[in-house]
Amino acid sequence: MEKIPILRMGRFLLVTIQVDMHDRLALQLQDDLTERIVKDRAHGVLIDISSLEVVDSFIGRMISNIAAMASVLDARTVVVGMQPAVAITLVELGLSLEGVRTALNVDKGMALLREEVEAAGRV
Amino acid sequence: MTVLDRSVQPIQSSEDVVRVRQTTRERAIAQGFSLVDQTKLVTAASELARNTLEYGGGGEVTIEVLNDGLRKGVRLTFSDKGPGIADLDLALKDGYTTGGGLGLGLSGARRLSNEFSIESKPGEGTRVAITRWR
Repeated sequence: MEKIPILRMGRFLLVTIQVDMHDRLALQLQDDLTERIVKDRAHGVLIDISSLEVVDSFIGRMISNIAAMASVLDARTVVVGMQPAVAITLVELGLSLEGVRTALNVDKGMALLREEVEAAGRV
Repeated sequence: MTVLDRSVQPIQSSEDVVRVRQTTRERAIAQGFSLVDQTKLVTAASELARNTLEYGGGGEVTIEVLNDGLRKGVRLTFSDKGPGIADLDLALKDGYTTGGGLGLGLSGARRLSNEFSIESKPGEGTRVAITRWR
């Protein structure tokens, strides 16, 4: 069965979503990520959506859920690479990604995660 | 106004929802929509296709490519024979959901489209049509 790969970079997990996800895949990703945050004792999750041309409310909810679950496990979530057309559409759709910080790219996202983790007192 | 092309696609699975997104994208590109307009239409289509599947128990979408003088557009009509919507005003409110979603599907699709219409009665299924013009 297809799965979205989760990479570990130090104390952070990186997920790159490149396919047009159907529901099962999105739910599988939520479960897999939660498991990995615990297993790897990750401090943060970086979700790269630079390949996503469409973010609808289902995907938006998946991202918010991931952020909420990560938060319960004391990890931060940053979304990177949102395409401009997607950003414009999200605003009009009325979707606010609660509890999710955003950054332009993976580098900036990692820097943001490190900042947040340091501010939270973890090293 | 002329309908240059009409096709019907089933919405019976989540893979069908993906296909609806793809076909909608293709039609929008063929009509010369800007990237932002394409994205808005495809996102609205995704919301409504998902509604058809999850609340309507499955259904179909009719995709029409339209020419109206100088205007070029795409119209999508989603229909199902599901339970129907009892209170349309409530259903169209941001945040209202009967299924644990975000409650943005109908209201969001309306905001993202130039034209929006909905017909639904309990026991008679639901029909939602959206049109986006270039």
